[in-house]
Amino acid sequence: MTAATTRDEAMRGARRPRRDWKGWQFAGPFGVVFLVVFIAPLAYALYLSLFQNRLIGGNSFVGLDNYAAVLADGQFWDGFLRVLLFLLIQVPIMLVLALAAALAIDSARLYASGLFRMVIFLPYAVPAVVAVLIWGFMYGSNFGLAADINDLIGSDAVRPFSASWILASIGNIVTWEFVGYNMLIFYSALKTIPVDLYEAAEIDGARGWQVIRAIKIPAVRGAIVIATIFSIIGSFQLFNEPNVLKPLANNVITSYFTPNMYAYNLSFAGQQYNYAATVAIVMGLITAVIAYVVQLRGTRKEDR
Amino acid sequence: MTTALRTVNPQARPRFSVAKPRKSVALTVVMLIFLVYALVPLAWLIINATKEQADLFSSFGLWFGDRFALWDNIVATLAYRDGIFVRWLGNTLLYVIVGAGGATLLATLAGYGLAKYAFPGRRSYFAVVLGAVAVPGTALAVPTFLLFSQMGLTNTPWSIIIPSLISPFGLYLIWVYTIDSVPTELLEAARLDGASEMRTFFTISIRLLAPGIVTVALFSIVATWNNYFLPLIMLSDPAWYPLTVGLNQWSSQASGVAAEPIYNLVITGSLLTIVPIVAIFLFLQRFWQSGLSAGSVKQ
Repeated sequence: MTAATTRDEAMRGARRPRRDWKGWQFAGPFGVVFLVVFIAPLAYALYLSLFQNRLIGGNSFVGLDNYAAVLADGQFWDGFLRVLLFLLIQVPIMLVLALAAALAIDSARLYASGLFRMVIFLPYAVPAVVAVLIWGFMYGSNFGLAADINDLIGSDAVRPFSASWILASIGNIVTWEFVGYNMLIFYSALKTIPVDLYEAAEIDGARGWQVIRAIKIPAVRGAIVIATIFSIIGSFQLFNEPNVLKPLANNVITSYFTPNMYAYNLSFAGQQYNYAATVAIVMGLITAVIAYVVQLRGTRKEDR
Repeated sequence: MTTALRTVNPQARPRFSVAKPRKSVALTVVMLIFLVYALVPLAWLIINATKEQADLFSSFGLWFGDRFALWDNIVATLAYRDGIFVRWLGNTLLYVIVGAGGATLLATLAGYGLAKYAFPGRRSYFAVVLGAVAVPGTALAVPTFLLFSQMGLTNTPWSIIIPSLISPFGLYLIWVYTIDSVPTELLEAARLDGASEMRTFFTISIRLLAPGIVTVALFSIVATWNNYFLPLIMLSDPAWYPLTVGLNQWSSQASGVAAEPIYNLVITGSLLTIVPIVAIFLFLQRFWQSGLSAGSVKQ
């Protein structure tokens, strides 16, 4: 018995992959392209952010001047606070809806649950541009549903493109696009809960909400942390939706509506590449720090 | 334990079990709201793709117009400006096949290599690639554009394809999937038979990884098919546009100085753009759903 165990251990030791360079033939190609499309632009952005290109004097090293300028830039903070507000409201709503849908589908108490799972996920496959075009038409006063609703209630209360509505209008589009994707992530995590756990809970007399609170929510905590991080990154990068809606709500959606639109317009309308790179780096740093904090908090809760 | 309970008092146990609870009409009805929310915009798109431009303005949004003009709209969309829509469709297919195909291959090889080989630099490789997920992709867009323009790559298909080749999420998924489903014993056996590492991968491992690979391929296809920001900044020649950028250009034609609205073509073009991608998802759902569940095990 003991002899067999030691031999087994020795075998396992031999099976552990040897430390040699063979793995690079698999990891190499990805690594090379990764250097070209991730590391090189990142390094270039850092380089750009430390220089300024003036009409007189040309390209010159300015240290952290660009960073100081961004941090004192009202337009940058205007966009930043807007995406922060968006993130604080839209992300919780979307994730709670996604979790509720996942729990409902996982409960096995739905008729045709496979249909629900598929259809709710479907909008994820629709390109953001097309999603925004459709919702833009539906929001519109020409032949949109907003116009029909206003006709019905006899006022013009529903104005999706007005300054007070626009963020909610964008939030609705983003929720529509991604609620099903997040639902599927949560659902996949719920599916990994072993059936014995449910049976044990049933024997202990746990029912409905108790099972959800004691078993299901803890089981998907990791998935919730991941989904939250991805949603935060997505919100801070907000670009497609406001940029495609811009022609419809031109006075409301400014060129610095979100930090990303600001960086885009700085470089492609203003040719201010150095400043745009600085905006992008500052935004990237803020995003990375917040994502890191969320992950830290999320995993700490998991340990408890 | 369960059997014991059952024999003590079979009547007291409810007829449904944990695995098969009673269906709930109320819950189904509540969930129908979700279903309607997901479907209304798609229904709107399909219904309005059947209308002439005049009908769009005069008829109710969620019902059909006076004339069923779907075929006319499709023909007009495909023929507009010497068939530029067909050209955009071809571009999109090119970006998807080369970009998403390449992304799937690279992510599969690298995820597999990271899972099965202890090569020097593995830990930092993994950490850097996963850390890259937190870097906003769009933050890199401007510097990537400047780099590519110095290399003369902007306004060519390469400027879209090369950045599409990297999928850190795909690498992660294959890494998890390899650990779960490719036994090291099998690789050892192949090694003893004298097979090279690459040959072992392409003859044995790739079959075991199939659901994971399909999942990565699908999400890469969606990402490249739906790509908007990158082509928007990289391309200035409409002949290289993918569908997304082209459609948005058609849409913005409706406003401005020389406004020439073609709402019916924008709507029909949108419908034609989403049909293939939705079809792929529906047909392959069995594969990618099992691939996704494997990915969530290790979270």
